[in-house]
Amino acid sequence: MEHFDLSLVNWSRAQFALTAMYHWVFVPLTLGLAFIIAFMETLYYKTGDEEWKRITKFWMTLFGINFAIGVATGIILEFEFGTNWSNYSWFVGDIFGAPLAIEGIMAFFMESTFIAVMFFGWNKVSKKFHLISTWLVAIGANLSALWILVANAWMQYPAGMFFNPDTARNEMHNFWEVLFSPIAINKFLHTVSSGYVLAALFVVGISAWYLLKGRNVLLAKRSIIIASVFGLITSVFLALTGDGSAYQVAQKQPMKLAAMEGLYEGKEGAPLIVVGALTPGKEYNDGKDPYLFRIQIPKLLSFLGYRSGDAFVPGVKDIIEGGYNYTDKDGNQKVALSAEQKIERGRIAIQALADYKNAKEKGDTIGMAYNRKLLDENFEYFGYGYLNDPKSIIPNVPLTFYSFHIMVGLGFLFIAFFILMLYLIYLRGFLINKWLLRLSILMIPLAYIASQAGWIVAEVGRQPWVIQDVLPTVAAVSRIDSSAVQVTFFLFFIIFTTLLIAELRIMFTQIKKGPKEGGN
Amino acid sequence: MVDTTYVFLQHYWWFIISLLGALLVFLLFVQGGQTLIYTIGKTEMERTMIVNALGRKWEFTFTTLVTFGGAFFASFPLFYSTSFGGAYWVWMAILFCFVIQAVSYEYRSKPNNFLGHKTYEIFLFINGLLGTVLLGTAVATFFTGSQFSMAKINLTNINNPVISSWETPWHGLEAALNLHNISLGLAVFFLARVLALLYFMNHINHPDILARSRKQLLYNAIPFLVFFLTFVIWLFVREGFAVNPTTGDVFMQKHKYLLNLIQMPIVLVLFLGGVVLVLWGILKSLLQPYTKGIWFTGIGTVLAVLSLFLIAGYNNTAYYPSTFNLQHSLTIFNSSSSKFTLTVMSIVSLLIPFVVAYIWYAWKSINIKKIDEEEMKNETHVY
Repeated sequence: MEHFDLSLVNWSRAQFALTAMYHWVFVPLTLGLAFIIAFMETLYYKTGDEEWKRITKFWMTLFGINFAIGVATGIILEFEFGTNWSNYSWFVGDIFGAPLAIEGIMAFFMESTFIAVMFFGWNKVSKKFHLISTWLVAIGANLSALWILVANAWMQYPAGMFFNPDTARNEMHNFWEVLFSPIAINKFLHTVSSGYVLAALFVVGISAWYLLKGRNVLLAKRSIIIASVFGLITSVFLALTGDGSAYQVAQKQPMKLAAMEGLYEGKEGAPLIVVGALTPGKEYNDGKDPYLFRIQIPKLLSFLGYRSGDAFVPGVKDIIEGGYNYTDKDGNQKVALSAEQKIERGRIAIQALADYKNAKEKGDTIGMAYNRKLLDENFEYFGYGYLNDPKSIIPNVPLTFYSFHIMVGLGFLFIAFFILMLYLIYLRGFLINKWLLRLSILMIPLAYIASQAGWIVAEVGRQPWVIQDVLPTVAAVSRIDSSAVQVTFFLFFIIFTTLLIAELRIMFTQIKKGPKEGGN
Repeated sequence: MVDTTYVFLQHYWWFIISLLGALLVFLLFVQGGQTLIYTIGKTEMERTMIVNALGRKWEFTFTTLVTFGGAFFASFPLFYSTSFGGAYWVWMAILFCFVIQAVSYEYRSKPNNFLGHKTYEIFLFINGLLGTVLLGTAVATFFTGSQFSMAKINLTNINNPVISSWETPWHGLEAALNLHNISLGLAVFFLARVLALLYFMNHINHPDILARSRKQLLYNAIPFLVFFLTFVIWLFVREGFAVNPTTGDVFMQKHKYLLNLIQMPIVLVLFLGGVVLVLWGILKSLLQPYTKGIWFTGIGTVLAVLSLFLIAGYNNTAYYPSTFNLQHSLTIFNSSSSKFTLTVMSIVSLLIPFVVAYIWYAWKSINIKKIDEEEMKNETHVY
């Protein structure tokens, strides 16, 4: 009997994580800076003030440098679904492929067409057409984010589909359920708003550097004002959508929520950990205190997850062992199965599929009907059938826990920062507050850390699933040699790191040069 | 009973894929041009004009490639799963070529760019050479086949549920050892250079670049014709992968692709018309002081490539044949998405004319005059 090559699975995961994280270094800035530039150009269009044009063109230069490498790192991701996750491509391609195709048709062409006008059209098209083009670049970039995030959200909460045993795959039956699933809406809004906040902090930080150096003061002042207003609005929105996302995670991915909070044993009126450290080497059933220390807010996790301070929040142990009450997606009260029972039900579903196929080949309609029914009854746990160990449904708890708390902590820090900045702008004191200007520069790397941490929570927290409960990573990989993936992993690592160094050096040089010498 | 709507949708999406593939081959003129930067540009200013002429179009090629991939995934996911997961090295090599291209235009002339402008030009050259040859070679396997197996029942093997497997350890590299595949790869490479030269003649206002482009056109048109005719003649005389419409069984049929052309007269007209237009654009540009050859050769390229894709998938033909087991070959029927998904995407595809219209308008707006030295000196965003 052949067995899963875990080395292949792990290297494939590592490669996808590497390429996704590199891509996500550049995309948030593109998403947010595009809008900030559009606001600035709108002011130029309205006022005719040439300084606004100069400011717009300066930020546009930095946008271009960042955009190019975002494109370079993005193409890999689309094709990796095929190269490294070929089984996944067939099993859910009927649903997952559509958003990618629509993304290409609707968003990428809009972005790539109007970006050419944005960069090369200053002296060739009217001011109005140029402004519209800049707005369309921003809209196109965000539309492309919409479609890929819809696809990602579907993996976290597979909606609008059914399993077709004849084709041995999942098929879409309701496009709107895929597009407007609550997970998709929250994921899109939360993710793009994180990009807006990052871009706002980027603009504020670089402008603050100019103020510290006493250079490009007008550009810096105007940029800080625009970015701070944009940053405050979007960071508050980020917190609200974060709450919405966490609520959806509680309903649809309870194991992820348990990992985010390091909650091993469920309880009613569960507290939210504000700050804490996990006990190293903790096993889900060893009875040890999961925290070395913690500062917590009583009942808040129950309230945020279930909108009731007394609600029961299942922990890792509860989800493994089952037996607690929960409300399913149709609003029915149920008793949770243990992981072992789910694995058993998954195996029944997989065997029913095999028997259905055999019956079909023999023309046995009764056998087909029987196995179809059996498959439908157990399909909810189909993916569990590929797992051997109940513990394999536990994600990496420390990584998820710390990433989540870093993300949330920094998110609230950003709100406080923007409030303070705007308050000092109101008092006209921000120019002389050197500590605040230095703090502004520090905010740039913090923004990137928060952004990456967010994706770690989303993707590590949902392991072992590629598609929640339906397909685990072990059953989604391509059949290639692990060594082949190791080679491409290191090739990607080398090339992306080289390009990142190039990007940073070019970016720093352009910033040091400033707007006049920066190709403007 | 045959669901005619579903069959229509499968044909419609194969047409869309074919059209995207054809547009991609036309847009590979950017790649072709990247291999000619030093052949045509003898001074730094000339090279700057060439790079900028190409640099304003590279994203369209890139976007078309991405959309081609996305549309293939959405409409024929079994191809995506089988080919990309199996021919791993070929697709990875193609992707690497495009990754290094994406940054090269923007970073080439920027100060302190870490690798130096020569390195970025080498990246562009690699993309232009390997990107075109490998894409052509990969597409040729639509006619020559690959060694893979595919069995959906594998999904029920909980220890090894992979549906598609490549049955050689070369994982796609073996395609590059097949002379018929290589002939198409080289034909695409030289066609991309021909298109690039015609584009330079049309788009750059510089007498030396015009003269050198015309001279190079002859040198590249000849090998293009040699490799293209080799591929096409070979294709028409070889056996093809036919599908029995009643049983779905795949079998080898003599002159299958020639028969497809004859049995689909519209495709035959497209093919012949395309070839004539390609040749007309080249000859007129060679023999007269004419700079609009790109339009004829470009449109001809789209028509000829479109018709080649159509004979690969239409008329009961397996478009992605398995030489390991004929019955595992992919057809537009056994590899497509569901009727519902194809319907949803067909509705979205109605936006394509609108997309084409705004691309046309935007291009027209910023291409009102040819690139010249003066523009390069005054332009604020130069590659």
